[in-house]
Amino acid sequence: MRAGMQNFEYVRPSDLSTALALLAEKNGKARAMAGGTDLLVQLRAERFSLERVVDVKAIPELNDLRFDTKGGLTIGAAVPFYRIYGDRNVAAHYPAIVDAASIVGGVGIQGRATIGGNLCNASPSGDTIPALIVLGAQAVVVGPQGERTIPVEQFCIAPGTTLLKATELLVSVRVPSPEARSGAHYLRFIPRNEMDIAVAGAAAWVALAEDGKSIADARLALASVAPTPLYVDAARGVLVGTDGSEEALEAAAEAARLAARPITDMRGTEKQRRHLAGVLSKRALRGALARARGEQYAPAH
Amino acid sequence: MVVTEVSRITRTLVSTLINGEETEFICEPRQSLLECLRDGIGLTGTKEGCNDGNCGACSVLMDGRLVNSCLVLGVEAQGAEIMTVEGMAGPAGLHPLQQAFLEQAALQCGICTPGFLVAAKALLDQNPNPTEHEVRFWLAGNLCRCTGYDKIVRAVLEAARMRTAAPGASGVHVGNGAEPVKSSADRNGNANGKG
Repeated sequence: MRAGMQNFEYVRPSDLSTALALLAEKNGKARAMAGGTDLLVQLRAERFSLERVVDVKAIPELNDLRFDTKGGLTIGAAVPFYRIYGDRNVAAHYPAIVDAASIVGGVGIQGRATIGGNLCNASPSGDTIPALIVLGAQAVVVGPQGERTIPVEQFCIAPGTTLLKATELLVSVRVPSPEARSGAHYLRFIPRNEMDIAVAGAAAWVALAEDGKSIADARLALASVAPTPLYVDAARGVLVGTDGSEEALEAAAEAARLAARPITDMRGTEKQRRHLAGVLSKRALRGALARARGEQYAPAH
Repeated sequence: MVVTEVSRITRTLVSTLINGEETEFICEPRQSLLECLRDGIGLTGTKEGCNDGNCGACSVLMDGRLVNSCLVLGVEAQGAEIMTVEGMAGPAGLHPLQQAFLEQAALQCGICTPGFLVAAKALLDQNPNPTEHEVRFWLAGNLCRCTGYDKIVRAVLEAARMRTAAPGASGVHVGNGAEPVKSSADRNGNANGKG
C-alpha cells in the first residue's frame, strides 16, 4: 500500500518578500521546497510535520546562475544540478563543483535536486558541501532583518541542522572568482560507482605560487566523517610552502585523519572512514594540483 | 500515522500536457505526480517502487527532463509537459527502445521496465550514440532485481544502433519490422567491455 503523505498547503510565490512572509506566518511550520528530493522523502517519513510548503522555484533570485571574472559565480538556491554541471562557466572555472554536482543521486534526482537543498539538508555526506567549503563559498540568506552571508563551512551545525532560521531563506551560494594557478577537486568513496551516499568524501583546493610549483595556499574539507561536512584547518599549514610532494600530501592526510570524528554505521566503520579520510584527501589534493597546473583532470566515474 | 489537522487545504485543478494531450486533474497538495498519474488519470504504466527516489520505477519526463514522479508534487505539474511510458509508442509501432527490450528479452517481471524505457529515452534524446559506460552510468538511478542489467544495457545500445542506422534517424518511431543491425555475437562481444 502506498505510504501517504501528511497534508499541507502548497504555495508558489514569485518574489522574495512574499516567500518570506509565507514562511514567517507559519513560524517553523512552513518550509521552502526547491527540488523536493529530500523534503518529500522526509515528509513521508514523518520526520517533521508542516502546515505549508513554499515552492521557491518561481523566485527569480533563486534561479540565478551567472559568472563574471570579478564577482565570481552565483548559484541560485533553486538551480538544479543538471543546470549547474551543464553550465559552461561552471565547467571551465569550477570543475570541483561539477565533480560533486554530477554524482548526487542519479540523473532523475539531478533533474530536480539543487545545491541550495544539498546545503540546507545539512547531511554530513552532502557531496557539494566540501567542494563549496574549499572554494571559499558564502551562503546568501535573506530574512525579516534583511540579507546576511554565512561562510559555507559554518552553515551546517549538526546533521540536518543549519544556521538558517525558520523565517529565513537561502537565496544563493556565491563562489569567489578563481585565483590564478588554482585548482580544486572533489571525490568520494562508495561501494558502487554511482547513485550512492558517500562512505567518505574529500575536497581540496590549492593555489600555486608564481613559480607554478610551490603551494601558496590550500584548503581541505571532508564529507561523512563528522556530524557535519568538515573543514580541515590543519591541512593548510602542512601544505603551504611545499611543492605538493608525497610527504606533504601524507602530512595533509594525517591532518585529515586527526580531524575526522567518524561513526560506525551501515555504510562503513569508524576505522575505515578515518583511513578513507586520508586516502581521499591525497587523491583530492593530486587532482587539485593537476588542475592548478592547468592539466586536464577528469576523474573517472 | 500521525494525521496533522491543517485548515484551508484545498484540492487544486492542475492543467498539464500529458503525452501530447491536454489533461486536467484535481489533487491535494500532498499527492505526488506518481499518485496523480496512476490513481487520478489512470495512467498505470508508471510504477511505484520505493516511493523515495531510489529505484526509478516511477521515471517520467517533465518538460523533457528525467524525474522521479514520486518526488514531484502533482500540483507542480501545472503548465508542465509530462511524458510517461504510454507516450513512447506511436501510430507506426513501438519505440525502438521498446522493440529492442522485446528482442533482447531485457525484462523479466517487468515492474522496472517502464522506468528503464523512459530513462533510456531521456538518454538517447540527448546522446544518440552512448557508450556502454554512459548507458550504465545514466541508468544507475533505475533498479532491476531480475535481469542483472546486462540485457537492459544491451537493449539500449541496440536501440541506439537501430535509431542511428534507420533512415531519418531522428524519427522517433520505427515499425515492428525494424531489423536488428548487429548480430548477437557482436552484441555479446560489446557487452563485455567497459566504456
